Amino acid sequence: MTAGKEIAEKTNTVDLTIDEIRGAIIEDRTTATALATEFYDRIRKEDSEIGAFLTLCEERALKQAGLIDQMAAEGQPLPQLAGVPVAIKDVMVTRGVRTTAGSKILDNFIPPYDCTAVARLEAAGAVILGKLNCDEFAMGSSTENSAYHAVHNPRDKSRVPGGSSGGSAAAVAAEMAVATLGSDTGGSIRQPASFCGVVGLKPTYGRVSRYGLIAFASSLDHIGPFAKTVKEVALVLRTIAGRDPMDATSAEVPVPDYVAELEKPVKSSGEALKIGVAKEYFGSGLDPEVRAAVEAAIQKLAELGCEVVPVSLPHTEYAIPAYYIVATAEASSNLARYDGVRYGFRAKAGNLSEMYRQTRDRGFGTEVKRRIMLGTYALSAGYYDAYYLKAQKVRTLLTRDFDEAFKKVDVIAAPTCPTPAFRLGEKVNDPLAMYLADIYTVTANLAGIPGISVPCGENHEKLPIGLQLFARHFDEATLLRVAHAYEQARSPLVVRH
Amino acid sequence: MKVTDKDVAYVADLANLELTEEERAHMLRDLNSILEYIERLSELETGKVAPMAQVSDRYGVDESRQGSDRFAYAIREDVKDGLRKSLPHDEALKNAPDTDGIFFEVPKVIER
Repeated sequence: MTAGKEIAEKTNTVDLTIDEIRGAIIEDRTTATALATEFYDRIRKEDSEIGAFLTLCEERALKQAGLIDQMAAEGQPLPQLAGVPVAIKDVMVTRGVRTTAGSKILDNFIPPYDCTAVARLEAAGAVILGKLNCDEFAMGSSTENSAYHAVHNPRDKSRVPGGSSGGSAAAVAAEMAVATLGSDTGGSIRQPASFCGVVGLKPTYGRVSRYGLIAFASSLDHIGPFAKTVKEVALVLRTIAGRDPMDATSAEVPVPDYVAELEKPVKSSGEALKIGVAKEYFGSGLDPEVRAAVEAAIQKLAELGCEVVPVSLPHTEYAIPAYYIVATAEASSNLARYDGVRYGFRAKAGNLSEMYRQTRDRGFGTEVKRRIMLGTYALSAGYYDAYYLKAQKVRTLLTRDFDEAFKKVDVIAAPTCPTPAFRLGEKVNDPLAMYLADIYTVTANLAGIPGISVPCGENHEKLPIGLQLFARHFDEATLLRVAHAYEQARSPLVVRH
Repeated sequence: MKVTDKDVAYVADLANLELTEEERAHMLRDLNSILEYIERLSELETGKVAPMAQVSDRYGVDESRQGSDRFAYAIREDVKDGLRKSLPHDEALKNAPDTDGIFFEVPKVIER
């Protein structure tokens, strides 16, 4: 079977994958402009019921598509992601395109520069369709904290898409973009990927530049891709990864060809990859159908030749409490910049101090204020040692857990979330219950290791379930290889509508 | 209840938040419920554990050296030419709620 024949059989260009689009344009079966127009039509038709987009940037998209088509017409070599319709979570700044972070405090903010990850996608030929809805400042697990509107899960519109990158996951699931970028501070890529039945990757801390990512918690924030398949996610990662002088924490670590690495076998000449399974990720609170699906996925990896090894991550139960101190402490500092002086919303007031307070009070939503309050409290005199310093020490213990486990195994397998997507409104009045939706994802942010969520089945209500895999720092190649091998072996899941 | 009304008022003040009466009541309830959950961190003995502020502390640091030499990997040559240009004045002011074209303008700072 040739790739060309496969594409020729596809009547609907919406079905083209990232790696097929460039070829389709070169062979003149479609144009970047036609693709962009088709996706905008789809967005106009579908998104009124989903709510994934906050802003469309048609002018920028069609200009880029025109450039690609001109290059193709002139027979110039096309860049890797030429004509690929993508969309960006609205926490990444885009020059000349409104960027809100899902907040009213940035309702009218037009950034003067591009986020590095966005610029790298565009330089690789991708066409940016628009900006995606999310929880305000990426704080939430359901996208219900968006100051604009909620996002409905394309797989069941009465349910949340997860969060905070709910718009990014929903846009891919509803085929309103081929790939999207999200951000993950405590699970905000992997959890919505799981809820919407798509693939979502949080790379290693330092793998992708954070320049131009509106900061929530700087030591935990990551940018990463969503797509329908592991291969497509690998392609996007290859494009956006690597050292950026504009982010001092972006690492000077070579970027492998993730796509080529996918094809390596998980077992060769007796050497099998070792998959760790930690009982701490299968405890009480795990939905039985999720457990069954994830256990079946691990069984599938064993059938592929991987060696399944029990490991222990004994401090896991302390991850959420440590996370909510570290994340909110950093957030309270990062969000101090929103004062109504240089950009964004300003409330009218008689003096400067009143202006600050009223701007922030009216500009921020409830969850953002709650986290600023918690973080400020944890950092305040008398509580710093008991909360912030304590949480930082526990962060060391959680990271050591992974260090020890990765002496024995190459990849760790776990559920992405304890349950499938919950209903809109179900957890909105109980912040703690909402925080616990991230129980299996936050530790990877504290430790900085890469994690991916891959669809691994459905429950009896046809709600998607995600398999989560972790790997060593900067070993996305092995992570993606195992995810890809599983995806190829898995029985086909219904993802088309 | 660990956090009191007074704490909420004090922390809101530190964070430059106004908070309505209703918001203060909710905040009091939520902070106490979250902090009660967070309290379980005290079960762990961490007397000899080093705090971890950053993942990137773990890479490239040369533990055999002292002081800032440990971070030699992050040192670069001074840039003399080709410094990144600052944002042009008009672009920097473009998003400002209030400006006179030269400065950001704010309400009166000192009452006379």
